[in-house]
Amino acid sequence: MAELVSHPDEVKIVSKRFGRGATGIDRYLELDGYKAVQKALGMQPDGIINEVKNSGLRGRGGAGFNTGMKWSFVPKQSPKPKYVLCNGDESEPGTCKDRLIFEHDPHAVIEGVVIAGIAVGSHTGYIYIRGEYRYLSNIMQQAIKDAYARGFLGKNIFGSGYDFDVYWHGGAGAYEVGEESALMESLEGKRGIPRIRPPFPAVVGLWGGPTVINNAETLASVPHIILGGAEWYASLGPAKNGGTRLFCLSGHLNRPGVYELPMGYNLKKMIHEVGGGIPDGQNLKAVVPGGSSTPVLSADEIDVAMDFDSMMKAGSMLGSGGVVVLDETTCMVKFALRTIKFYQHESCGWCIPCREGTDWLKKTLTRFHAGGGLKKDIDNMYYLSENMLGRTFCPLGDAAAMPTMAFIKKFRKEFEDHLEGRPCPFEKEGAVEQLPVMA
Amino acid sequence: MTFSDQFESRFAEMLSHYPTKRSVLVPTLLYAQDEVGYLSQEVIAELAQRLDLTELEVRNVISYYSMLTTKPRGKYNLQVCTNISCMLRGAEEIFDWCRQRLDIDHKGTTADGLFSLEEVECIGACSWAPAMQVNYDFHENLTVEKMDTILDEYKNRGMQ
Repeated sequence: MAELVSHPDEVKIVSKRFGRGATGIDRYLELDGYKAVQKALGMQPDGIINEVKNSGLRGRGGAGFNTGMKWSFVPKQSPKPKYVLCNGDESEPGTCKDRLIFEHDPHAVIEGVVIAGIAVGSHTGYIYIRGEYRYLSNIMQQAIKDAYARGFLGKNIFGSGYDFDVYWHGGAGAYEVGEESALMESLEGKRGIPRIRPPFPAVVGLWGGPTVINNAETLASVPHIILGGAEWYASLGPAKNGGTRLFCLSGHLNRPGVYELPMGYNLKKMIHEVGGGIPDGQNLKAVVPGGSSTPVLSADEIDVAMDFDSMMKAGSMLGSGGVVVLDETTCMVKFALRTIKFYQHESCGWCIPCREGTDWLKKTLTRFHAGGGLKKDIDNMYYLSENMLGRTFCPLGDAAAMPTMAFIKKFRKEFEDHLEGRPCPFEKEGAVEQLPVMA
Repeated sequence: MTFSDQFESRFAEMLSHYPTKRSVLVPTLLYAQDEVGYLSQEVIAELAQRLDLTELEVRNVISYYSMLTTKPRGKYNLQVCTNISCMLRGAEEIFDWCRQRLDIDHKGTTADGLFSLEEVECIGACSWAPAMQVNYDFHENLTVEKMDTILDEYKNRGMQ
């Protein structure tokens, strides 16, 4: 469905089977499918965990935690069943990579789930796919059925004596459910409200059992690591940032698309060469580097390596790999407003700083963009955001606060250009209904 | 009340996937909604009874998820994404065009019951923006001209 693109700088690992018919199990087997899981069945669980740890694979959902390390937190002995949960509730604005994995390589996700299961001593895995991705849920249901029919799932997989079941699960529209603890609540048939941590899911997760939760891209990377080895995978990126990443290029670009590039690829090059630069002879104004929750970078800040540590050093985050490019015609106040409108809509309302904070930010920014803002509102918004940070059960509050602070800090002048009755300088006259200045 | 055979076999299969009955609730609500058109009182009562939940517990879950609705929608539900990546590539124009052409607003339904319109959050089509879903089908790299054709197609299909 979604169009595929390519660029000579790409290193295709997770995407190597894209567009090659690998949804069919026979084709998947021809393309080295289910070899990794058979190799893993012959390994010690700790050996698998160490291999993944040493590969430098870090969570592709956005947090960037070392995957092998996460697995090592699962207790060896547990009175309750252990679970593997694949997070396919992709919904961070700017991110559209898991969709391609499910569409073109569903068996790689299944294989990743089984390997994670063997590593932590679990016998059940769930693959959660967001409700909007119905066609992908259908593809996954078929893939699981095919894997069962071959004896790759169920009792005694590959004749190894190891039992492993994989089930699909569907959402029904909620960004918040992409957060790991809310994801578990949703899978248990409830509202997606986050749980307090500790205890972490690795100890107390689904139905109280230890649970490993990984993003779909993370799990789809695992079979390649098992086959190619930790050393090879780690060598693809800078230290502690192993492998490649699916970068979703969107916004003002000549060639938007999902490209698989090595970790640490230069952002400037990504925009101007891979993405084909800015259309219509416009100049770059800003980049949101890793999905809408990551702090914006201004045009002079983009000569950076796209890996977790370099982006952190640059004052932003690698996030979920959603690179949103903004040209000079973009109104940053409007862009901030649209971002906050999203978080206000998606806040589950459980924690007050997030529920009230996002609502006030939306109200203030709406008034601001309509010329009704006061100078003190700029500092108030910053102060409000600062006070949302770290004060909620889950990071949705932070996800709204962090970009707001960066918009204000880096584009303060644009906020000032909207003050006290002035119409938005980027909109056609009369396009935004003016609101009165509130003293 | 009765659902299709496909619904029933999926429901029975799903119940065997989890240690608790309640876990099937969210995907089941969506499949039920696809069959009935919306989550009517009858559907809610039926699912509550099957899953040993109160109707209130079921409604509590329904109100959380943006795809679930207790009110009927048009046969074709246009869900236009206006989130950042789509906005940068003209999504607001697409949404406004829909409003004018169909003469309905956000969450409205046309008098003939054929179309309803929704402004939605990111649907995961950022690299192919602007985009919308009509029920579950994705339509990407939209332009106003393209919208004209798409809408006509659905209209013709709906009249048959």
